[in-house]
Amino acid sequence: MTAIGWVQIILYCAIIVALTPLLGGYMTRVFNGERTFLAPVLRPVEVLLYRAGGVDEKSEQGWLAYTVAMLLFHVGGFVILYALLRLQGALPFNPAGMTGVPPDLSFNTAISFLTNTNWQNYGGESTLSYLVQMLGLTHQNFLSAATGIVLAVALIRGFARASAKTVGNFWVDITRCTLYVLLPICVVYTLFLVWQGMPQTLGSYIDATTLEGAKQTIAVGPVASQVAIKMLGTNGGGFFNANAAHPFENPTALSNFVQMLSIFALGAALTNVFGRMVGNPRQGWAILAAMGVLFIAGVAVCYWAEANGTHILSSLGLSGGNMEGKEVRFGIVASALFAVITTAASCGAVNAMHDSFTALGGMIPLINMELGEIVVGGVGAGLYGMLLFVIVTVFVAGLMVGRTPEYVGKKIEAREVKMAMLAILILPLMMLGWTAVAVVYPPAVASMANAGPHGFSEVLYAYTSMTANNGSAFAGLTGNTLFYNLSGAVAMFIGRFWMIVPAMAIAGALAAKKSVPPSLGTFPTTGGLFVGLLVGVILIVGGLTFFPALALGPIVEHLSMLAGSVF
Amino acid sequence: MLKEIRPAIVFIVGLTIITGLIYPLAMTGIAGAIFPSQAQGSLIEKDGKVIGSALIGQSFTEAKYFHGRPSATTGPDPKDPTKSVSAPYNAANSGGSNLGPTSKALADRLKEDVATLKQENPSAAVPVDLVTTSASGLDPDISPAAALFQVPRVAKARSVPESSVRALVESETRGRWLDLLGEPRVNVLKLNLALDAMKS
Repeated sequence: MTAIGWVQIILYCAIIVALTPLLGGYMTRVFNGERTFLAPVLRPVEVLLYRAGGVDEKSEQGWLAYTVAMLLFHVGGFVILYALLRLQGALPFNPAGMTGVPPDLSFNTAISFLTNTNWQNYGGESTLSYLVQMLGLTHQNFLSAATGIVLAVALIRGFARASAKTVGNFWVDITRCTLYVLLPICVVYTLFLVWQGMPQTLGSYIDATTLEGAKQTIAVGPVASQVAIKMLGTNGGGFFNANAAHPFENPTALSNFVQMLSIFALGAALTNVFGRMVGNPRQGWAILAAMGVLFIAGVAVCYWAEANGTHILSSLGLSGGNMEGKEVRFGIVASALFAVITTAASCGAVNAMHDSFTALGGMIPLINMELGEIVVGGVGAGLYGMLLFVIVTVFVAGLMVGRTPEYVGKKIEAREVKMAMLAILILPLMMLGWTAVAVVYPPAVASMANAGPHGFSEVLYAYTSMTANNGSAFAGLTGNTLFYNLSGAVAMFIGRFWMIVPAMAIAGALAAKKSVPPSLGTFPTTGGLFVGLLVGVILIVGGLTFFPALALGPIVEHLSMLAGSVF
Repeated sequence: MLKEIRPAIVFIVGLTIITGLIYPLAMTGIAGAIFPSQAQGSLIEKDGKVIGSALIGQSFTEAKYFHGRPSATTGPDPKDPTKSVSAPYNAANSGGSNLGPTSKALADRLKEDVATLKQENPSAAVPVDLVTTSASGLDPDISPAAALFQVPRVAKARSVPESSVRALVESETRGRWLDLLGEPRVNVLKLNLALDAMKS
């Protein structure tokens, strides 16, 4: 580890903290239906959509209607994306002549982008046409991100409102989120990325003759416009197979730094939206602080492990850290930092190959996802995931003193705690359950690229990533098989919607409750004690479940590495 | 529920057109006008022919050129397209080795490569980036140490003094952005182009 490495990490955290109230204030205005400075351009488009859809923007929905609208919207998105994947061979914008994607891979990919996972069992530049990348994937990147954000906003309204029947209007929220938050940032962001060297063209792949006279086909495409929303919306699906490690998808150290910022920007800002909407910004900062503690701890371990390297490297006298699967322009620190950010959020973009990380360095991304990606998390999903843990935390605190727990003026009762536990328990069930099936099913075992404990880690990482809707991988695993395509689609689908429906039920129940003013017996949820308790609950409830599985994978691998074993 | 079907169709189609067509096509037009070179892929031309991209590494094997990092990319086997074979710096199929920290295959590969490089230049420590594969398989850069390590070989193959090759490496070395972000690096293709230009 170097001083300049830590300076980069601290600078990163400082900028995120500075951006949080700025973006949070703006997003609060957007979701409160206030006029923004972009209204002169975008308001006509917004009104046109409401008119065509027959939506009255003043009327609101209860939690159930809101959820049903969201689900219907996803059915439409799935149909479009699946059809595009299957039919791409017959559609325009296909200069490389890609043929239709097979049914199981199309199914997996459609679910993957619908659920904001962006798990990729295909190589972008070798499988997909430009039309699918734009109309299929770029659009789903926007909409799955917007969905996460508006669901979080609906849950926030549940906390903020008292004796209310409604939590907002899904159609209005999704439109305003897309038009006023995501799209304008992406326009500026795309231009920045192209300036840094990212291609943005509809032209065909380039045929070059190298300096030594060999042929090199260079894949290009409308990369920047997709990468902008891929990062901002914590989607993470790469235009290219190597994702953000590809020099066209992440050309410079500066583009890398800004991409890391954009992963956390909206998720962190949502904690501020929460604070503002419940009437006390400190509530939002307390949540961000708990996230920050877990984040810094993860970065420190991962950076230390990668900088230390592996036994194989040191025995050959190679120093400078574990550079296998990393790019020179990023080096150790920016690769380790990126890995922790992308799995703390549900982004899943990678600028280094996690499969080649050291055992402990690769364990941090795993833990981040196993905890449910609540360290900032996916846009929206991170906040509602974190609020579920908050409910459990105030419940535990309430048990200690024998009082009905309260949080931001709402009594937390049996229904909320049951719903929160329902959502939290689905993660281990999907992650560990599918891993257990895969490691005893011979065709699934055959997909492992590495032998020994690392092979187990590859499978565990796959189901953890898919269930948590992350999308990063220990990419040696051959995921494009019938078994992984279908079981993975189930894990991604359940991992997304089994969180969402209970969270929305909580939103509805909370909105209907009366607001109780804080009394002397109210546990303050803005101080260090609460932050500490929250971190503790996350690590115990979320973490201990996974310890046995981690012991079989990364932990035993680390111990064998220290003993000098190879597999 | 039925009354939500009309908005579901309208919003999915409307927002799909805005975010999936208008946005990427407009950005393609604007970016192409403002940054034409980058938007096309930062291509480098020599005598009117494209020789590569400044951002994409290419395979160098001759002694007179600086070599990039090992690349784990693959391509279809010419004899049997259903199988894939090693094809370094295949810029149509990026990817890494994905070998783990306790992989025997990785250990064997590293041992062999380190031995070869030690033979080539016994006087310096082998730089780690010169024997490890990159994440993309297309890394255009090597560390300054990895470039300096190759100076004796390149100078000998070109029959030029080592000092002039070393000076060229130093002038092609790029530092951190604002002395802060990223790592110092040398773009291999640009360095080799500068080498060819120096000869004349």
